[in-house]
Amino acid sequence: MADDYGSTVHSVYLLFNGHKTMKLAALFTGGKDSTYAIYLAKQQGNEITCLITLNSQNLDSYMFHTPAIELTELQAEAMNLPIIVQITPGKKEKELTDLKKAIKLGIKKYKIQGVVTGAVESIYQASRIQKICDNLKIECFNPLWQKDQTELMEELLKNDFKFILTSVAAEGLSKKWLGKIISLKKFDELKKLNQKIGISICGEGGEFETLVLDSPLFNKKIKLIKTKIEMDSKHSGRLIIEKAE
Amino acid sequence: MILVIDLCSEKLHHHEFVKPIQDILTKHKIKFRTHHYDQINEKILKGKDKVIICGTSLQDNQFIVDLDKFNWILNKLKDKPILGICAGMQILGLLFGGKLKKKTEIGFYNENFQKKFLGLKGQNQFYHLHKNYVDFNKNWDRFTDSKIPQAVKHKEKEFYGCLFHPEVRQKDLIKTFCLLK
Repeated sequence: MADDYGSTVHSVYLLFNGHKTMKLAALFTGGKDSTYAIYLAKQQGNEITCLITLNSQNLDSYMFHTPAIELTELQAEAMNLPIIVQITPGKKEKELTDLKKAIKLGIKKYKIQGVVTGAVESIYQASRIQKICDNLKIECFNPLWQKDQTELMEELLKNDFKFILTSVAAEGLSKKWLGKIISLKKFDELKKLNQKIGISICGEGGEFETLVLDSPLFNKKIKLIKTKIEMDSKHSGRLIIEKAE
Repeated sequence: MILVIDLCSEKLHHHEFVKPIQDILTKHKIKFRTHHYDQINEKILKGKDKVIICGTSLQDNQFIVDLDKFNWILNKLKDKPILGICAGMQILGLLFGGKLKKKTEIGFYNENFQKKFLGLKGQNQFYHLHKNYVDFNKNWDRFTDSKIPQAVKHKEKEFYGCLFHPEVRQKDLIKTFCLLK
């Protein structure tokens, strides 16, 4: 209800700096946040010239999302975008060197002037990406930064983003959540869990990771052909996608 | 009514540097209007009780090139409280004769507030995202024991500046400023 209390006049951007649009790379995990960040960047006239995915071999990486990361190539195809996939062993500082290497390739090959990320709350991730971009003298855009989590989920649902949970790691969540599309009903359940247990409704605390199967950016839906569930405990496990198209 | 000033050269940065502040004001039912600094005129300034000048990205220094577009702070709005955040703080310092200096700080830093500043006191962690700072002159009080000024207030005016981004982990600072009598 922001309009009750304020308003923003954006028209100046049309005049300012000749309304320059930028060529951007999206740091892409395949999850809801990085996909929605692309949507916002494009909405404001920027050109996404490539996606960059870091495929971390460390399943517990603090820096990069790991569940179903191999699906990003299929999602890139659905968005008709080239993708740079950088494999990293996932050791703390090596991950950052590998990310920098991938961004440098984006600058050279796709002439990117900046990157766009889906960072919402994590200062650990955001500040490291900011440092790399600053070092390379390119812009770093975080359009979801500090965004209210309910507002973010509502916008995703309103804009027809279809996404599933690919991992769970919190009390209140279980294998029944894995592979299920987050509908309004599921979102209500998440809100109830938030009130009861305090889990982040966006999964900001690592409670869950997501995979986008369809969105306004996709020319075709991702179909999951063969999946299985691997649980480490009652509340912690992953959806393993064996075949998708 | 609070006037929120957007410094961003790129529209996409609005989400990152301005919207979090708008969200805090909305949450506390504080009325505001947002304008880009390029739009400011007498009509916009009329009826505004306080001003918040937001930050912008590390690569964006257009506001320094356009410093003369902020002369209204000296001429038109001199008795109204102003809070400058990061780049906004740099604008206040430069308008009052301070010198721009280079220092990159990105991420969480500990700062120790020796005096109370808009509700903050003691040691805490603050989110920094800047490549420059302003060496404020003697007309400004400093509130931290850091080498570079992290929080300042003009000795005679209700002008406040913070180099850190309170919208990240010190959201109450924004509310405290807005509710100043």
